[in-house]
Parts: sequence; structure tokens; C-alpha cells
Amino acid sequence: MEHPILFLSLLFDLIGLGDFAHHYPHVVYSWLVMLLFIVFGWIAGKGVSIIPNKLQNLFEVMIEGIENFQVDMMGEEGRRYFPLIATIGLYVFTCNVLGLVPGLLSPTANINTTLSVALVTFCATHYVGIRFHGIKYVKHFMGSMLPLAPLMIPIEIIGHLSRVLSLTLRLFGNIMGEDLVLAILLLLAGKFLAPLPMMFMAIFTSFVQALIFSLLSMLYISAAIEEAH
Amino acid sequence: MKKASLTILLTVLIVLGLSAVALATETEVKVAGLRVFYAIVTAAGFGMAIAAIGCGLAQGLAIKSAVEGTARNPEASGKITVNMLIGLAMIESLAIYALVVALILLYAYPMSGPIKGLVGM
Repeated sequence: MEHPILFLSLLFDLIGLGDFAHHYPHVVYSWLVMLLFIVFGWIAGKGVSIIPNKLQNLFEVMIEGIENFQVDMMGEEGRRYFPLIATIGLYVFTCNVLGLVPGLLSPTANINTTLSVALVTFCATHYVGIRFHGIKYVKHFMGSMLPLAPLMIPIEIIGHLSRVLSLTLRLFGNIMGEDLVLAILLLLAGKFLAPLPMMFMAIFTSFVQALIFSLLSMLYISAAIEEAH
Repeated sequence: MKKASLTILLTVLIVLGLSAVALATETEVKVAGLRVFYAIVTAAGFGMAIAAIGCGLAQGLAIKSAVEGTARNPEASGKITVNMLIGLAMIESLAIYALVVALILLYAYPMSGPIKGLVGM
């Protein structure tokens, strides 16, 4: 149970990078997700026409759905951050669901992947804030009244750092927990298809966690855009 | 009565804790090491269970309000459902933090190496 059989690690064994693939399977599988997105993006962008065919319809529905949801939350000025939010949402969702396929591993079941996505959100928040407000972005940290500033600045800094921690741990805990439950059910009663009902639940929670991650990124960025108190 | 039992409990805990310092023989070291494992396993089990109590109650309240809101105004049910799901995920993340602490205790407890060496495993 400690060492599951992973297809890409076996593939890398053939190339000769087997050691790397066995120690860092989450990196290898996030490369797989990147490759999937590049291929699907290229296919989606190929024959774009005014009257959409079936595949283009599917992609349009997905992208428009995410964009409308985002503009609802963030307002019109948030539209330029749509590629970041959509990439975060789709990447996290694909990474989560990848673990349900036998022989593949969720990159987000490892805390390094989730920490990396949370750090991207954190850096994006402050970059957007500084870009919008310039040096006046510091006012966001100082609270509502100037005399309170020495008290509010450490609290706000700790709050911002705790955002990274909560994003990381929420996604990691959910996906790692679901993987553990599937593994334990497999151990207990694998030949009676015991993990199967849990897998339906896992698809739902994967989607909800990706939605929550991208929603929180949207909220943090819109909090950085809007005026201080 | 309550204060007396609390005092007794604290005394037992302090004696157990201090007894680790006064150990000399090998079996007593092993017993102390095993006590750490008992404590870890108990803490992991009870920690997650207590977090599940709070999470269950809070999510129940959230769903109660969402269903009542939908019953009053069925055409707002889409927006209410979206907000309810977001709220449920936020509440669940608190229980997930407890789960992560339990997993750290069980699988990545930093002193488990030296303790295993002491116990002889």
C-alpha cells in the first residue's frame, strides 16, 4: 500500500529517470496535467468559427460559465484576471480527479502542489494590489483609523499568511483524505467494488474543492482591488 | 468533588510525565516510549472525532437555513444552493485541519524516530 503502481513512473523507468519519478510522482503527474491542457487548448482553438461545432460548444459552455461566475463576483474590472482564475480552477479540478483513475496519482494529494498553487494566489493578490493602488496599497493593512495602525499591521500580516495556510491545508486535506479513504476501502473489501460509491462522492468533493479554491482566489483579488476601509 | 477529581487527574499526569525523567532501566524506557504511542493514537482518534461533532452541527445549521430559504422562495434556489455549498466547504475545512493534525501525529511525528530507537523497533 505504501508504493502504488503508477503508470507514468513505470514509463519513466524505461527512459531512465525512474529514480526521479519514484520520489516525486506528484511533479510527474502535474506535467501530465499540463500536457493535457496544452493538447486540449490547441484542439479547442483550432477550427474556431461563428457557428460552433460540437467540441467548440463544449469549451464555450465551460469557459463562459466560469467567466460569468467570475464577473458576478468580481465586477467588470476583474475580467482581466479571468485567465488566472480559470487556470487555477481547471488545474485544481483536473489534478483532483486524476487520482480516481486507477494507475494515476493526484498531484494535489501532496502538500507541495497545493502550496505552490496557494503561493501563486498569494503573489497574484499582492501584485494586483500594488498595480492598482501603487504605494497606497499599504493602507489596506493599516485598518480603519490611523492610531490603530501599529495594532492592525501585524494582525493583517498574520491574516494574509494564514490565507496561504488555509488554502493549502484545505485542498491537501480534502484530497489526501479522499485518497486515504479509497485506499482503505480497497484494502478492506476491494474485490466487492467497495471503493465505488466513495468514488462518486470523490468526484463531487473534487469539483467543490476546485470551485472553493478558485472562488477564494477571486475574493482575495477583488479584496485587493477595492478601496481600503 | 469536581475539583478533587481534577486535582487527582493532574497529579497522575504529572507523575507519569516526570517518571520519564527518572528512568534508568531498559524496560522502563520502552514503557515510556510506548506511552507516547498510546498518547499519539488516542489524540489522533479523539481529535478528529471532536472536530467532526462541531463540523456536523455547523453544517446542519447551514443546510437548515438554506432549505428554509428555498422553501420560502423557490425561484432563488439556485443562488441559495451555491451559497450553501460554499459555506459547507468552509465549515468542512475546519474539520480537515483537525484531520491533517491527526495525520501528522500518526505518520509524520518528528520524535517518532528517536522514540522508535529507544523502544527498540
